[in-house]
Amino acid sequence: MNRVLGKWGLGAVLAAGWSMALAAPERAPWQLNMHPGVTQSSHEAYDLHMLALWICVVIGLIVFGAMFYAMFKFRKSKGAVAATWSHNTLAETIWTIVPILLLVVMAYPATKVLINEAYTNESQMTVKITGYQWKWGYDYVNWGDKAYHVRFISKLEGTSDRTRQLRSGLNPADVKNAQGENTYLLDVDKPLVLPTNTKVRFVITGDDVIHSWWVPALGWKSDAIPGIINDTWTKISEPGIYRGQCAELCGQDHGFMPIVVKAVPPEEFKTWLDQQEAAQNPPAAPAAAPVAQQASIAAPSNG
Amino acid sequence: MANHAAHADDHAHDDHDHKPEGFLDRWLFTTNHKDIGTLYLVFAFTMAIIGAGMSVVIRTELAAPGLQHVQPYFFNQMTTLHALVMIFGAIMPAFVGLANWMIPLQIGAPDMALPRMNNWSFWIMPFAFLMLLGTLFMPGGGPAGGWTMYPPLALQGGASVAFMVFAIHMMGISSIMGAINIIATILNLRAPGVDLLKMPLFTWSWLITAFLLIAVMPVLAGAVTMLLTDKFFGTSFFNAAGGGDPVMFQHIFWFFGHPEVYIMILPAFGIVSEIIPTFSRKPLFGYQAMVYAIASIAFLSFIVWAHHMFTVGMPLGGELFFMYSTMLIAIPTGVKVFNWVSTMWKGSLTFETPMLWAIGFVVLFTIGGFSGLMLAIVPADFQYHDTYFVVAHFHYVLVTGALFSIIAAIYYWWPKWTGRMVNETWGKVHFWWTIVFVNLTFFPQHFLGLAGMPRRIPDYNVAFADWNLVSSIGAFGMFVTPWMMIAIFAMSKKKGAVASQRPWEGAHGLEWEVPSPAPHHTFTTPPVIKPGMLAHGDVSH
Repeated sequence: MNRVLGKWGLGAVLAAGWSMALAAPERAPWQLNMHPGVTQSSHEAYDLHMLALWICVVIGLIVFGAMFYAMFKFRKSKGAVAATWSHNTLAETIWTIVPILLLVVMAYPATKVLINEAYTNESQMTVKITGYQWKWGYDYVNWGDKAYHVRFISKLEGTSDRTRQLRSGLNPADVKNAQGENTYLLDVDKPLVLPTNTKVRFVITGDDVIHSWWVPALGWKSDAIPGIINDTWTKISEPGIYRGQCAELCGQDHGFMPIVVKAVPPEEFKTWLDQQEAAQNPPAAPAAAPVAQQASIAAPSNG
Repeated sequence: MANHAAHADDHAHDDHDHKPEGFLDRWLFTTNHKDIGTLYLVFAFTMAIIGAGMSVVIRTELAAPGLQHVQPYFFNQMTTLHALVMIFGAIMPAFVGLANWMIPLQIGAPDMALPRMNNWSFWIMPFAFLMLLGTLFMPGGGPAGGWTMYPPLALQGGASVAFMVFAIHMMGISSIMGAINIIATILNLRAPGVDLLKMPLFTWSWLITAFLLIAVMPVLAGAVTMLLTDKFFGTSFFNAAGGGDPVMFQHIFWFFGHPEVYIMILPAFGIVSEIIPTFSRKPLFGYQAMVYAIASIAFLSFIVWAHHMFTVGMPLGGELFFMYSTMLIAIPTGVKVFNWVSTMWKGSLTFETPMLWAIGFVVLFTIGGFSGLMLAIVPADFQYHDTYFVVAHFHYVLVTGALFSIIAAIYYWWPKWTGRMVNETWGKVHFWWTIVFVNLTFFPQHFLGLAGMPRRIPDYNVAFADWNLVSSIGAFGMFVTPWMMIAIFAMSKKKGAVASQRPWEGAHGLEWEVPSPAPHHTFTTPPVIKPGMLAHGDVSH
């Protein structure tokens, strides 16, 4: 915990808030703050967010404190007589230097985090994500050394889709999953299944317009841009269901292309992936098989 | 139009009004900086009401989960046009209007340097916006790809793309002409004795803003022209399939877009730097530092653009550069805030309505600055980007920042313009009403963004429902304020107390050396600067 900030002595303060925040559900009514998520990136984003927030709060208290003190103390109605000075070299030097130091306090850990996040090597598997108007395509490219050809489209599930029609008469509050969690606009027909404790590399692109793939619990978003492939990675620590949404305006149904990640233990994932591989690429006549496989890989990249 | 120049010489300083008689002569053919300033302000106010109406549509749909009122595509037209109308139709013209009114008065000039061009700068604007808003009534509707117009999405629009591009061209021409005029006026028409480093901060902020405008409006024009040819003439600037690059548009757009943000805030800094010393009865703290801070912010605005696009997949070095350069902006901005507070320190404060708006500006703009600093931190921005946190941030700097300063300026200079005082009680009601509802509208949007609500969506999960309802209630409350403002100023114009030449006890500067209301022609002969007349002239540096 607080691997980034521990050395700055704010670790203890942050840790308290951090564990409280972690206990909360990922999305809740009247929620005030960011959720720390389930990856190193999301924890680091959260820590940097809290660090910057507290620095701003402290500066705010000092500046606004001084201002409100002046507003009550130096009123003309209380007989205040205006001073005539308009300079104070010492004060001006201090309030130039101190903010610079505070910026370094924020920039240094942010730089370290960013360098680590940019390092996509040494991943154990690769998933290609393609944004379409208005759904997501997922290709499982490999697992370790073995190539896979599993591909599917993931889009808004039916109940949400019926409910979200203009004046549908259906109540968004009624859209719930088996656990009673409200999944309105945050559920898909087929989730992206990922293994926990595995460095997963994503290559992300767009097919038509720019989209952005964002699951807050993973700690980042990455734009899905036609003609460009972005790569990024994650390593999910906890099994669970993590929900997100397209974050870049992509047309009329931009609000209706959610993302669901289902994180399962690696063994379970391997079993699932092999099943999918078998189902999507059934052993056909020996001559025909390679062609069919190639077609299934090539299809999504025809941008 | 009568030739006022020859005429006015006889009357010198106590020139009586020689306004053109007919309505068209007075307003359509006007070359008078005060009338053109008024036109700009009335136009900006009208646009602000239209833009606010669109935000009411947006907030009505977002008041509860589920789509109740509008189709998503229309919702996207509303968000797109709300931004374009507010930025190019309300905030920018309002500042240009204030510049027209006040710069000649502040530097002792008889008018703007290029009065006929001034007329043209203004009169392009209504036509640009007729074209832009007209798209709402065309088949296919208005532009719906966001005010940032990112291709390929923006190119999916129909004829509205062409109308939007031409409207932006016209606004750009208007802005560039306005900026040239302001620079020419400030550099050539200052009264003897009004040295550059004795100019009021508002004039200074506009001098720097005008250079920003000239630098970046052509960049925007180039970007939208490439959109136009991509859409209608088969080019592939931004089309990956044709060898182009969609991200290149974002780089070009934000190279315009970030200085544009400061075009909308630097004049606000200027206004607040006029008002706070007046009601503190104390000279502005660190006058030269304030000028240099504005200049530094303007310079930095050219090297921070890619912080709007941290998630497009820039190389690590790029992300680090733009993170550091963006964080640097906090230094000169901090200097400004500290200097405003120091100006109030050991002053003799009173809290007339303009001062309330200026104080509201300092507090709430600073909150917008704080969230801006947070957004600069790239790994955290990977979470904040394109969420309601960003929406909250830029509304704090643009509504409680830019707009508050404009309202402060109107309350501050209204007595000079009309010769009437505004009812203080109603001014204060207006202020406190706005403070309550503006914060109800925008503060909860921080929470929504942090909880994971993306921006530009017409519908959302029920977990986001409560804060969205609060935000919508705030927006409905805010929509009362423009009508309140009309009533307050109409009341003042009709039966407000008569304003003296210097209605604010602590006000310094040449604009307070002419009668209230300011005659149609002022400073037809340059004023003779006497000690104490300039706000900054007598202060040793």
